[in-house]
Amino acid sequence: MKIVLEHLTKRYPSRDRKRKEEVIAVNDFTFEIPDGKLIGLLGPSGCGKSTTLNLISGLEKPTEGKIYFGEDDVTNLPPENRGVGLVFQNYALYPHLTAYENIIFPLQNLKGEEKLSKEEMEERAMKVAKMVQIERLMERKPGQMSGGQQQRVAIARALVKTPNVLLLDEPLSNLDARLRLQTREEIKRIQQETKVTTIFVTHDQEEAMSISDMIVVMKEGAVQQIGKPQEVYDVPENLFVAKFLGTPPINVFEASVKNETLYIGSEAVLRVGGVADQDVWCAIRPEGFIPDENGPLTCGMIAVEVMGRDTSVVCTHDLCEAVQIRTIISAENKIDASKKTIRFSLKPYKTYIFAKGSEERIDFT
Amino acid sequence: MEKNNLKGWLYLLPAIAFLGFFLVYPLVDVFIYSFEEGYNSASQTFFGHGWYNYSYVLHDTYFLQAVKNTIILVAVTVPLSTGIALLISLALSSIKPLKELFQTVYFLPYVTNTLAVGLVFMILFKKTAYSDGMINVLIQLFGGKSVDFIDGPYWAKMFVLCFYTIWIVMPFKILILTSALASVDQTYYNAARVDGTSKFRIFYKITLPMISPMIFYLVITGFIGAFKAYSDAVALFGTDLNAAGMNTMVGYIYDMLYGNSGGFPSYASAAAIILFVIVLSITCINLSISRDKIHY
Ligand SMILES: Nc1ncnc2c1ncn2[C@@H]1O[C@H](COP(=O)(O)OP(=O)(O)OP(=O)(O)O)[C@@H](O)[C@H]1O
Ligand SMILES: [Mg+2]
Repeated sequence: MKIVLEHLTKRYPSRDRKRKEEVIAVNDFTFEIPDGKLIGLLGPSGCGKSTTLNLISGLEKPTEGKIYFGEDDVTNLPPENRGVGLVFQNYALYPHLTAYENIIFPLQNLKGEEKLSKEEMEERAMKVAKMVQIERLMERKPGQMSGGQQQRVAIARALVKTPNVLLLDEPLSNLDARLRLQTREEIKRIQQETKVTTIFVTHDQEEAMSISDMIVVMKEGAVQQIGKPQEVYDVPENLFVAKFLGTPPINVFEASVKNETLYIGSEAVLRVGGVADQDVWCAIRPEGFIPDENGPLTCGMIAVEVMGRDTSVVCTHDLCEAVQIRTIISAENKIDASKKTIRFSLKPYKTYIFAKGSEERIDFT
Repeated sequence: MEKNNLKGWLYLLPAIAFLGFFLVYPLVDVFIYSFEEGYNSASQTFFGHGWYNYSYVLHDTYFLQAVKNTIILVAVTVPLSTGIALLISLALSSIKPLKELFQTVYFLPYVTNTLAVGLVFMILFKKTAYSDGMINVLIQLFGGKSVDFIDGPYWAKMFVLCFYTIWIVMPFKILILTSALASVDQTYYNAARVDGTSKFRIFYKITLPMISPMIFYLVITGFIGAFKAYSDAVALFGTDLNAAGMNTMVGYIYDMLYGNSGGFPSYASAAAIILFVIVLSITCINLSISRDKIHY
């Protein structure tokens, strides 16, 4: 089922009585989520991701704006009538019930015509349990399961009532690195199997990029950019998005444009056609550097780290925002680590310039 | 391994010594007293061992009355006070802004002296030359016949005692239960709401199991507290409880030691051991029931 958010806004009254200003948790969120897609909702802590999910699930009422499931306006519908499956950040499995009892809990709530017999419940519970591969854990209580297993039980509980929408709030944040990798693939698989429209919240950009059909990047309640992961990575709308996506992070320099040429300090590093003279932010992806003895950009050498397939050159530059610049170049380039400086030329499609004030991207040719 | 064991015991020694001296030794002592027949506290002599003290106590109508009173008190007040406290706590935790105010109001009786509360009850229930007591005024207002709650029929006195006991323990129970309710993670309720769980089912299937350890704690301490009840009865009916027919087991033990009819430590010891056995077995039953019902 497709979900439409229209100018969705959530303001909380200020908790501080002296200051009257409100907390804007979600600010004018407009987005149409296509049916059967997995959407990654991405942003730093406190940017309003959980609030957005709570608005969609109905646990919170929006201050302004509308929510549609398919063609139906569900803005004022209570959560139980929306048919959403919600997996909480801490799973919220009932600790006194077994995995099986947890999974059939939503089914036992059904009333009237929808009421299921014991056998039907068991059948449906077993079906989802098989899907998330926890058939053998059904008699265990949450305390007797690992984080990953609990998470799968939580997903099973959310799926068992065949929801229109599956909402996952940072479901992987409690897991260790390996389990994270494994479970995120599993979530992708389950989503593709069930074809349920899914929104997946995370503050880990890698996680979002790897499994989402589309990602939404948020900052302080406002949507920054929406698009396919690769698109957002390749064409960030503003400096925030550019910085937020990618590991190692993008390298940001203070730069200026004169005569359609990009200068970092006094070095003319790139031709930027069609850009007026101004001071700008220049952001270069780690893979945007090409070691080149005659290259225009000179950096101070710190270290060379060979990591199998790639080599990472760590260097410094006075005009770089961060203390260190991290570049990734293919291991075929032999770098002499004993030199004091290293020169690079830049890949134009891995280099972005952003206006100093608005931090919006400036296109160049 | 052996050495470690020894060390462990050494560490425990201070605790064991204190517990032994203040808890086990008196218990053993009372146990021995209870089998010494004709013990005279002045001359510290007795003339034999046997079951006579128990036989005497168990045939004493005052003791039987005290046992009956105590059991009625326990059976009525423990479930009622816990149940009412739970209802009030639920109501309190669903009205957020009034919560703190109410908590203070309900907690007042707890910090007020029991005897002072007893006085309030006198005003409510006692017949004097000037008035019949507030409750009687109310009863008459609704066309009933006035009842003497302090010197009147047994059921009326029992009612007052139970009422008083419930009143006294209520604030503590409410305090414990409201904090237990507040400590249930809100996300469980959110999860249940998203799944369309009815209010009653949320209470029965989530809230109750989550706070069951606290309820269990209140029931156990309630049982023990009610079995030990004494001062409440004194506050209401004066010191001669046997005459009023409102004595409790602890009251009986006290009277046997120091009361007007006192000076019989052997009988008191026998009664104390009987009380101990009753409390112990009820606590054991409680614990064994709780093992499969309580979710920690
Ligand atoms: N009940 C509330 N009352 C007031 N402010 C709130 C409330 N809930 C959230 N906020 C504020 O709204 C903003 C967004 O919160 P939200 O929980 O949606 O963040 P988040 O993106 O999920 O963060 P995280 O990644 O840390 O979970 C925060 O600034 C938070 O302080
Ligand atoms: Mg959150």
